[in-house]
Amino acid sequence: MGKKKKISPAMRFQKNKELFFLALPGTLLFFVFSYLPLYGLILPFKNYKANEGFFKSAWAGFNNFRFLFSGDAWRITRNTVGFNAIFIALSLIVSVSFALMLFELSARFVKLYQTVLFIPYFISWVVASYIGMCLLDMNYGFLNRIIEFFGGEANLWYNTPKYWYVIAPLANLWKGVGYSTIIYYTALLGINAELYEAAELDGARKWQRVIHISLPLIKPLVIMLTLMSIGGIIRSDFGLFFSFTTDSKALYPVTDVIDTYVYRALRKLQDVGMSSAAGLYQSVVGFVLVLASNWMVRKVDPESSLF
Amino acid sequence: MKKRKASLSKILIHLALGGFCAFCLLPMLMVISISFTPESVIRVNGYSLIPSKLSLEAYKYIFLKPMQIVRAYGVTITTTVCGVAIGLWCTSTLAYAISRADYAYRNMTMRFVFFTMLFSGGLTATYMLVARGLHMKDTLFALILPSAMQGWYVLLMRGFFSSLPSSVIESAKIDGASELQTFTKVVLPISVPGMATVGLFLALGYWNDWYASLLYIDNPNLVSLQFLLYKTMSNIEFLKSIASQIAGLKIDVMSLPSLSARMAMCVVAAGPMLVAFVFLQKYFIKGITVGSIKG
Repeated sequence: MGKKKKISPAMRFQKNKELFFLALPGTLLFFVFSYLPLYGLILPFKNYKANEGFFKSAWAGFNNFRFLFSGDAWRITRNTVGFNAIFIALSLIVSVSFALMLFELSARFVKLYQTVLFIPYFISWVVASYIGMCLLDMNYGFLNRIIEFFGGEANLWYNTPKYWYVIAPLANLWKGVGYSTIIYYTALLGINAELYEAAELDGARKWQRVIHISLPLIKPLVIMLTLMSIGGIIRSDFGLFFSFTTDSKALYPVTDVIDTYVYRALRKLQDVGMSSAAGLYQSVVGFVLVLASNWMVRKVDPESSLF
Repeated sequence: MKKRKASLSKILIHLALGGFCAFCLLPMLMVISISFTPESVIRVNGYSLIPSKLSLEAYKYIFLKPMQIVRAYGVTITTTVCGVAIGLWCTSTLAYAISRADYAYRNMTMRFVFFTMLFSGGLTATYMLVARGLHMKDTLFALILPSAMQGWYVLLMRGFFSSLPSSVIESAKIDGASELQTFTKVVLPISVPGMATVGLFLALGYWNDWYASLLYIDNPNLVSLQFLLYKTMSNIEFLKSIASQIAGLKIDVMSLPSLSARMAMCVVAAGPMLVAFVFLQKYFIKGITVGSIKG
């Protein structure tokens, strides 16, 4: 320790410069695309005009925020957090159940089911939107055909917000359940087989083994992953809410989330002030949530915390 | 008795998992089946899983003027190859430096990477920087550079490097190799599985990206595959424009195979790489399980 202190900064740099320069390209990319945009923290306090530029535009104080919170903030926050809460709960229940089911099957079936469940993960939301249209298209869609076949009346899926309380969670589950199932299944594989053998010798039934061995042992992982997703509850899947909904205006009351709102304010309405105000609001709340969830993860399991 | 009960639970498991797998696959198969259905049949019967008649008219139609798809493939391949090359090199060198216990700036660099995962300046600022500050609008740089580095991949790669035996690196240094030589000649060759995993995650991200194009690309020559699909989805004008170029005549819009051609575009644009990703999925699974469960 004493020896270390004697090294001057210049000497230390001399000693570490090779690794420093090796790491430099990645560091620079992070600096440009993750650190430079932090000037955006100032953007919502400006009355940005494209012809005046960032520096010359006049200050706006809290006007942008006042406007945001007197109008759309509640709706987009509710949609973002509400849907994410549904996604987290649904994904948790289904993927833990699937992992427990896979655990009962032979390797051959595990491979088959795992492969199929994982396929939608590789599909972009644009392609997923085409798949969605096959089912939901109002004129030719498969669902309406089935409804009409049974004598019902065709639904205007892309124009009726209430259906999306069900459609959006299903789409999210379709795309993501393979991913989380794999995580839980791998955790189950890591459980010591002797525990199950001992339980079987004691005459424990299958469901008893699930309740008394499997679930308690994956509980820390479940809690950790859930807390982490709660840390991201203010960020939503742009592809799902923008592309999969075909950006249908009729659905905005339900499907307009912070990310789509920021995008539209920026690119369609050219309202930089509003867009950056909503973005800053999201960043700050997101930051607090990540810190809070990490703090809780560390209480549960210090090893798993991010920092 | 016990045996029968066990098999009953197995049947229920197969029903649940099989049912969900059908829910995963059948809608995808429907896209393919619609692309082979004659337009006239769709107009009358709507979309169905098993077409009553097969036809190649949609594919013939989109390949009449294949340049748009070919160009989109070119844009996507260029973006993906450059993005993976740049992202992989920058991610692995940075992660390697952090993984070295004797690197003096290790903790500082680690904190630097962590912060990017916790806080961002937001879409608006990033957009203004890329489009106005760096003048990258309508260039491939805007599709490649902003997403080349991701904190999560750096952590993943650092994990891989940390698991390498330190004796390998030490012996290379004793032989007088520079850090760059040690990295490229000694570390990289034994890190192929880790590089493959991160490289494939990067490739998947670039291949499927349309958001960056939506933000930064107006030039029709720089439209990537996914962006082309996005544009075709929101209006079928694109498909009609092909027809008008070819025929140069007045066109009866209803006679165009726009519905099936749209799905055929989707199959041609997304199909091949999807199959490749599915076959490579063990690398993705490795990345997911390593990334989420430490040790």
